[in-house]
This record gives sequence, structure tokens and C-alpha cells, in this order.
Amino acid sequence: MALNRRDFLKCAALGGAAAGTAASTEAAAAFIRPPKEMPPKAVGMLYDSTLCIGCRACVDACKEANDMPVEMPVHLSDWNEGTWDSPEDLSGRTLNVIKAYRHGTMEAKDRETDGYAFVKRHCLHCVDPSCVSVCPVSAMRKDPETGIVTHDPDACIGCRYCVYGCPFGVPQYDLDNPFGKIAKCQFCTHLQEKGQTPACCDVCPTGASLFGLVDDLKEETERRFAMQPGTLYQFPRGNLSEDRPRHEAPVPKYIPAVYGPNEAGGTQVHYLSAVAFEKLGLPKLPKRSFAQVSEGIQHTLYKNLIAPALLLAGLAFFAWRNARKRDQDEA
Amino acid sequence: MATAAHQPLARRIFTPTMIVLAALVAVAAYFVATRFMYGLGAVTNLNQGYPWGMWVVVDIVIGTAFGCGGFAMALLVYIFNRNQYHRLMRPALLGGLFGYTLAGVAVMIDLGRYWQFYNLLLPWYAQPSSVMFEVALCVLAYVIVLWIEFSPAFLERFGLYKVRDFLRRFMFLFIALGVLLPTMHQSSLGSLLLVMGSQLSPLWYTTWLPLMFLVTALAMGYAVVMFEATVVSNTFNLPSEQPILAKLSIMVGWMMAGFLLFRFAELALRGDLVHAFAGDLNALMFWIETALFLLPVAIFLTPGGRESQRLMFLGAVALLVAGSLYRLDAYLVAYTPVQNYTYFPSVPELMVTVGVVALEILLYLLFVKTLPVLHAHEPARTPKAR
Repeated sequence: MALNRRDFLKCAALGGAAAGTAASTEAAAAFIRPPKEMPPKAVGMLYDSTLCIGCRACVDACKEANDMPVEMPVHLSDWNEGTWDSPEDLSGRTLNVIKAYRHGTMEAKDRETDGYAFVKRHCLHCVDPSCVSVCPVSAMRKDPETGIVTHDPDACIGCRYCVYGCPFGVPQYDLDNPFGKIAKCQFCTHLQEKGQTPACCDVCPTGASLFGLVDDLKEETERRFAMQPGTLYQFPRGNLSEDRPRHEAPVPKYIPAVYGPNEAGGTQVHYLSAVAFEKLGLPKLPKRSFAQVSEGIQHTLYKNLIAPALLLAGLAFFAWRNARKRDQDEA
Repeated sequence: MATAAHQPLARRIFTPTMIVLAALVAVAAYFVATRFMYGLGAVTNLNQGYPWGMWVVVDIVIGTAFGCGGFAMALLVYIFNRNQYHRLMRPALLGGLFGYTLAGVAVMIDLGRYWQFYNLLLPWYAQPSSVMFEVALCVLAYVIVLWIEFSPAFLERFGLYKVRDFLRRFMFLFIALGVLLPTMHQSSLGSLLLVMGSQLSPLWYTTWLPLMFLVTALAMGYAVVMFEATVVSNTFNLPSEQPILAKLSIMVGWMMAGFLLFRFAELALRGDLVHAFAGDLNALMFWIETALFLLPVAIFLTPGGRESQRLMFLGAVALLVAGSLYRLDAYLVAYTPVQNYTYFPSVPELMVTVGVVALEILLYLLFVKTLPVLHAHEPARTPKAR
């Protein structure tokens, strides 16, 4: 070989580093896949933290509707011998949970200092879900019409990449079961098929959890934002079909933002609150979905398997030529 | 010629070392049985915030990088035609064989629904957008390729020279696959983290993750060859491979210098180098990694360093620790779960990892003693059972 190996490797290492650095993160942005659109008949939920009284009827109803086992955290076993289901967070046995923000003396509801507020945690049914993108066996799917993200345990191999990759920490694997499954909210698809409302919204006494088409829920949000704080408003309960009496309450002083539409490519569950969303444990996320980045890069590298095929051909050629040379030398 | 190129080590098989290793494997087997009877939670400290722990990160992500000796040497020997390194090829392949095969075993222990593993191979379940899908298929294919690449050792042992010579005509294809597949899945072990976005510290999260993982995998591959060759020649009183390893180390040194330069320049360019001075755990780990990567660069690129067997060995060990730490940090330390969860592995969980490593070493020793793996030469001194 004419080229001195040492010089070649030096050049390759340093040149590669320099060239790579020059084409920095911004250049990589060219690989990013286009965003996904909200499905045509997207269904969603509107959770209004200011209406939530923390009764956890939704947690109980969810357990019953989805036939999930009760939870008895070990550190609560002194006073709870299994009579009460006491989930503290989402888990392989809990699809929906109410959590509280607490600060100082906790005197007033929906106040950041010396106050408290509630938040409901479950799947947000992303427009561009990471869990669907990362699942190697299509166990996570997004319905093209309604946008509901479902999980098929018969397809799942239990790799738990969806648990790791979800930016909201939603899907959970049941670690205490030798034949555990992934658990996540599926918007009570089995109840919706019968024309019913998902259990959590159905039982919510104040309308804090409201089910409906995403477009309709957006209009409802606009109506609430348009009202003067303090004026009385008839809050719809359960769903938007007026099948039950509304709940009358004064309009709170919302923070002027909705959590969901602009988070990680958008979600079909939206949150309203009077305290900062981060206080409620809702993660701060960029507007773009992470799947756009990962799929964009992966698709660029593996497009139609052209790059791997060319690389294989090149490798095979060199391996073949070098093997022949070696045989000739030995002969 | 080739018939006598490799030969089994004439040594006793049942030595105290082997018995200790077997005991560690037995302890691990007990905890693995517990896991299958009572679930992952009964043995591991995994929780809702940390679905992946030691078994994924150490046994698979780091374990396969340790198995990259065969890949790294094949690239050098067969593709860049550096024939002088050929004598290191078979032991390197053997290391890879066990690194990868046992990572496959670890996958089956860790999978939550392992009995449906074959769904990965069913076209109607395939999800090609998933990096995990690509990693799984590539690793599976590579395990098969590794056994084929290594099969001449078996064929020679059992005198099937005709089969070996027949296979040899097509070996270039398996060699090519043996370089392509690890290139794909080792870089993809970095791509797996691309979807983590803001959950990873910017010190590790970069769109260049695939390249970073590929380079560190190659580096660990060369380091493991240097490590293994030194340990084997010392343990079994064989002539030192030092001159050839010193040559190899120059290349590794430059590669890692390039890696470090790239890492810092890229961090500086996107304005995230400030995080290295944040004074938190991430920053501390970043500097420990950097120091561990710098040490081999310094040793391998100075004549005094690489000519000393001790220093070179130290450099190889530092590089293995650096590469392992880089992976551990990227997957666990740099990762922040959505809710406030913490993770530290349980003792039983660690014992399973220890058992997997013990089994790897045990099988390696068993194979070099019974199969023609090591380059043939006369023992330097009277053979002594070890």
C-alpha cells in the first residue's frame, strides 16, 4: 500500500472528527421526519385541575372498568390491609391516578405558594407517540381514525422500550408478575364500542375529566378562557352530549396556556390549570416529537436498505480479494 | 500450514479458577429461577421510572461491546488486509462469540414476555421504524454469523478438514456480514437513545449518538483483544504478543483522540459544554469518562507508553472501563425519569450479571483448552496447570 498506514489513520481520525463537527446538530436537523397530523376523528380528554376535588372516583372506576388488581404499597401496610386500593403512581396495575401538588401550609387550592392542586395522570394519546415508534413488534398502535393508542399484549415481547421511551412516563410493566403485561390507558375502548363514556370521565362528579372529540374540547377550552374569572359557568360533565346535568361553579383564574397541544408533537389529552404545569409534574417538553428525530435519522441511514447493501457489497469484495491474495501468498 | 496454525492449550480443565466461576454461575442460576417464578420485581430493583437496569445495560449494551473484538479485528485483518494481526483473530472471535451469545441469553432473562420472543420474526408484527427491531434482528443474525466464523475451530478439532475447506470458499461472505451487522447494531445501540430527547442530559444526547456508540464499540473491541492477549500469554506462560499489540495500539490511540476531539467540539458547537461545569453528577461522570478515555490516548501515542506491557495493559483496561462507563452513563445516569424515581441495582440483580460474566470466562477457558483457538507456539516454560 502506497499510503503510510499511520498517516492514513491519523488523517482519518482527525479529519473525520473535524468534518463531523462542522456538520453539527443543525445539519442533522435536515434528517428530521415531518410531523404527524391529528387524526380526523380524534377523541380526547380535557382535564381541568381547578375542577378536580381529588376524590379519586376516577381511579376506582378505572380499576373496575379495566379489571385491574388493587395496589397495596408496602409502606402503607400498617393501616391498609388490602381494603383500600392505594396506588401512588402509574404502575403495571394502575392505568389512571390522581396526584397532588403540595406546598407549605397547603391553605388554598390551586395556589402555588402555601397551596395545593390535583393532577390526573394517564396516557395522553400523543399525535406522534414515542411508544408506537419504538415498539419492535407493533404491540403499540395508534388508531388512524380516533387516534387512540392501544396495546396488544399478544404481540408484546416485554422489552419495555415503550416504558423507557415515553416522555410522559405512562406505559408500565407489571414487575411483580412472572407473566407481567404492559399496562396503559386505552381510553376504555371496550366501553366506547358500546357507546359509553370512558369510566374516569363517566364518574367524575365535577366535570374535571371530560371526554369528547378533540375539536369540541378545544372549543370548550376557548369558552372557559373567554369567561371572566369569578363569573359562574355551567361546566359540562362526563362528555359533551348533555346527557346529564352540568356542574355550576365560578370560573377560576387559569394560567393562560393549555398543556398538550404543543408538547412533543401534540397530545389528545389536554390540561388546564391554575398552577404552573411543571408544579403538577407535567414534564416540560419541546414542540417537536422525539420520534421525528429518531425515525428521521434511522430512516436516513436505512432507507430501502441501500446503504447497508452497498456497505455489504464493499466489505464482501475486500474480504474476498484479501482472502485470495492470502491464499496465493501461502501457495 | 493452516492445520497447525492454531492448537488447543494442553492444560488441565478443572482448576480452582474454573470451580469458582462455576459457583458464581450457580448463584446466578438460582436468582434467574427466582425471576422466572416471581417476576422481575422479585430479583431486581427496577421500578416505574427505571424499566431498564443492569441486565439491559451491562449484560447487553456493554456486554456486546466487550464482544466486539471479533468485529474490530475482522475489520482490520480481512477488510484492511492487515495480515500481521491474523494470529489474534480466533481468540478475538471466541470472545465475541460468548459476549454475544450470552447477551442473547440475558435478553431472554430480561424480556418481560419472553415466551413471545418469536414475534420479532413474524412479518405481520414487524415494525421497521423501531430501532429495537433493527437491533434485535441484527444481533440475532450476528450470533449465527459468529458461530459460522468460529466453526473452523470445531471442524479442525474433529478432523473435518474437507468441510472446513469448503466453508472457507464462502467465508468472505460471512466475514463481510460479520463486519456489517455489528456496524449496524452497535451504532443502533446509540440510536436507541435518540427518542429519549430531553430525558437525557445534553452531555450525552446528540444526534451523533450512533457514531459515538460505533466508535466506542470498535475501541472496546480492540481494547478487549489487547487485554485478552496479555492475560492469556501471562497466565499460560506463552510468548508475549506485545510487539504486535503495540502496533495496534497506535491506531486505537489516534481513533480515540479523534473521538474525544469530536465529542468536545460538537458539545461546544451546540453550546452544551457548559453542562460539563454544572458541578452535578452528570458533569462528574462526564469528566471521569474523559479522563479514562484520555489515559489510553496518552499511553498508546507515546513510544514509552505502548512499549511497556504494564502501561499498555493499563491503557486497554482504562479504555474498556471508559467505554463501559460511557454506555452506563448514557442509558442510566444521564437519564431522568418523568417522576422522581431512583435506581440502584439489588445484590441478586448484580449477582446475575456477575454470573453471566463468569459463564463467559468459564466457556472461554474451556474452549481455548479443548479447541484450536490460540496461535500455535511452544510453551515458554514447562506447562503448569492454572
